[in-house]
Amino acid sequence: MLNIGNKQKRVDGPQKVTGKATYAADIASPFYHAYVLQSTIACGSITAIDTSAAEAFEGVKGIFTHKNLPERLKNKVDYTDPLSPPGKPFRPFYNDKILYNGQPIALVVAQTFEQARYASKLIKVTYEEKKFKGSLSDNLKNASADRAPEPASNRGDFKKAFKNSDYTIIREYRQSRNYHNPMEPHATSVEYKSDGSLVVYDKIQGVASSLKYLNGVFGLGADRVQVKSDFVGGAFGSGLRPQYQLFMATLAALELKHNVQMVMTRAQMFSFGYRPEVIHTMKLGCSKDGILKALSHKTVGETSTFEDFNETIVDWSGLLYKCDNVNLEYELTPVQSYTPLDMRAPGGVSGVYALECAIDELAHEAGIDPLEFRRKNYVDYDQNEDKPFTSKELMACYARCEEVFGWKNRKDLSKTEPHLLKGYGMATGSWEALQQPASVSLSMNEEGTFTIKCATADIGTGTYTVMSQIAADKLGVSIEKIKFMLGDTAFPDSPIEGGSWTVSSVGSAVASVCEKFKYRIADIWKRNNPDYQAVAFEDISFQKGKLEYGSKTFAFTEIMQQASKEELSIAHSESPAAGQNTHSGYAHCCVMVEVTVDKDLGIIKVPRLVNVSAAGKIINPKTAENQLLGSMVWGLGMALREEGMVDTRYGRVMNANFAEYHIAVNADIHDIHTEFVEEKDDKVNPLGAKGVGELGIVGLAAAISNAIFDATGKRLRKLPMLLDDVLEA
Amino acid sequence: MKTNHVHFTLNGESVEVSIEPWTTLLDYLRYNQKLVGTKKGCDHGQCGACTVLIDGNSVNSCLCLLVSLEGKEITTIEGLGTAENLSTAQQIFIDEDAYQCGYCTPGQICSTIAMRNRGEINSEEDLKDWMSGNLCRCAAYKNITKAARRIYEES
Repeated sequence: MLNIGNKQKRVDGPQKVTGKATYAADIASPFYHAYVLQSTIACGSITAIDTSAAEAFEGVKGIFTHKNLPERLKNKVDYTDPLSPPGKPFRPFYNDKILYNGQPIALVVAQTFEQARYASKLIKVTYEEKKFKGSLSDNLKNASADRAPEPASNRGDFKKAFKNSDYTIIREYRQSRNYHNPMEPHATSVEYKSDGSLVVYDKIQGVASSLKYLNGVFGLGADRVQVKSDFVGGAFGSGLRPQYQLFMATLAALELKHNVQMVMTRAQMFSFGYRPEVIHTMKLGCSKDGILKALSHKTVGETSTFEDFNETIVDWSGLLYKCDNVNLEYELTPVQSYTPLDMRAPGGVSGVYALECAIDELAHEAGIDPLEFRRKNYVDYDQNEDKPFTSKELMACYARCEEVFGWKNRKDLSKTEPHLLKGYGMATGSWEALQQPASVSLSMNEEGTFTIKCATADIGTGTYTVMSQIAADKLGVSIEKIKFMLGDTAFPDSPIEGGSWTVSSVGSAVASVCEKFKYRIADIWKRNNPDYQAVAFEDISFQKGKLEYGSKTFAFTEIMQQASKEELSIAHSESPAAGQNTHSGYAHCCVMVEVTVDKDLGIIKVPRLVNVSAAGKIINPKTAENQLLGSMVWGLGMALREEGMVDTRYGRVMNANFAEYHIAVNADIHDIHTEFVEEKDDKVNPLGAKGVGELGIVGLAAAISNAIFDATGKRLRKLPMLLDDVLEA
Repeated sequence: MKTNHVHFTLNGESVEVSIEPWTTLLDYLRYNQKLVGTKKGCDHGQCGACTVLIDGNSVNSCLCLLVSLEGKEITTIEGLGTAENLSTAQQIFIDEDAYQCGYCTPGQICSTIAMRNRGEINSEEDLKDWMSGNLCRCAAYKNITKAARRIYEES
């Protein structure tokens, strides 16, 4: 009854296809509705705010601004959350200062959403504006390495090696700002109980983060608030930090002593974190035969004026290929905007975009096939950290991708319509395989059904399903006998769902608690059956809900009955595997793409995308493949569609809606394929599994950029690459 | 507040209400009827998360005023089947893993049914075009396409 490795259908599928999966805004209690009024300037202060007309409007229950923020929220209050970067976190309504365009400046709470929204428009605000820097490009001269963490140490002598290289390139690559935009807008529903305690349904990637924030800001400990999040309608990083709707709904509920719900509008989904705009400068040199001799990667990224948001960007360039002379630099510059926020494969997707474009350019200079060039510079240990890898089957990914895509004979495939140019590109991708501490509890009832709890999340990744599979496998029971519960601060602690570490962290804890259960049930069995007291645990097996010894079987439920026990409960906390210290853990992939470019119109299409990944043990190929495919589409969107456009005069996002901020749609996706190569890893974590939620986006935009060059002879060196870029280049 | 009277069928049941004329079908479903399976993703007709069936055609319920639905037959995801008694389309979505987070799923399923009702899908491109009114940020498009094709051909 092996479950691990099965293409198990999602256990929460029936809820999702019937509309019964309840997201944060789907709670049925009677709520007041909250609507946020946002600043229309980016920098300065509010000189006057008149809420009288709004207060008098039908249905309005309360209005909150900096004028009436309760005093207790001003003194010794901690507004940080577990992922706050260095700096001072944003404090809503704290004073009259405006830090960014779109900043919440008033909250209107009313009987209905329509009343709250309408009343917010009756508020009169006057400002005093100050000059500011609205974009990264405007403010490059204030870029500083002091605000950013130090990258991996430089090694060798870059300058000398670059000078002595046979082929060199110096290139600049630019990425625009991207917004997460999960389909579910951020929402919080707060139930105010008669004893003054709260039940908070929040859109968050880890309920512990919401609880920490509520405790810091409102002094609400776990005894007074329970945070729940059964279903999350996508997040991709947007739920890594509590967003302002949590503050708003909680403030209003406490002050008005009533249930309050706040749901962001789509436009408001552009009023908090984003993947920052960055500019990369790459200098690469290689020998005549294509051996990488020198590499320098400098990145400047945007952050806010109040927090120093940073990513691991340039380190990837010291990691992916063998190179003994490496120079890495990272700087941040503040712009008048909200703080950026980790977004799917943060840092990696940016650093590897620049690196994989540059590698392609250097291979072209040296006249070497881009795949061959990458093989020549393959590295089997981590030069940044001076450690071996837990496993790395990237060579197998290259070989399999080459075969599936038909890389060798790709030019022979190039028959196409006369008005189209066709091109092929590739890239390497990689993502960390980390494990975090996680705790779980397990209990079995008298019917032999197991309930396993953990305060983790399922943001669409398949946590419910994968954890149920692991437990069923380890316990030797059918998956129907497992109930995995998550998203509740009443459950044992979990790391936030991010970094592609949920399977390795929570999954390993689930595997261990099941192992503990087996010892415990065997113990009980031995104690109540004197004949078997001397039996060694190794001689017992567990299948179909039964303990097996020799030819005899004993159902778990019988053993419990015999011991007069109704329920058996076990808790477990798992620490990261020792291999996490001695080795570097990464998943790897190779991606190959085919593009067509319309000669006259510049329209870029991607008829074919192939990814082959090495990510250790794949627990559920069905959900893992879906994750990979999704992240590949994200790579396409980043390459050709997504651009958060800021009017730098006003610091305002100009395209804060789905009609103008383009994400990939069904018709953008044609022949898309992913598969896994076998990768055995006994060091990365007890399951040998690496996360796959972020891997597929890394490198993909570079592969498309490289393919556009192959098709047109033009290097666009910016994201997104649009048809006018093709025509202008 | 001035209200208008309207009569329609919702998931097979006859309904009569007096309601403010600006109430959208989406808000009526979610707030008044507590049918929260229909999702609000943008409230501007740009994402398709709120897609429901009106007389068998797919409609963005956020762009549709309830008072305009006199005599119409409205079907939401809740009217298609239950966990214990799934419709063919719902079962196919599960089998093909045609979702991840599930938020856009009710709208996607309603769109596939409207596509089947209408017919006239002659190519893969037709099908992808039809399904492109429903955004999926998890980007489960390959599996959604597979599911939509099966629903078109099998149900």
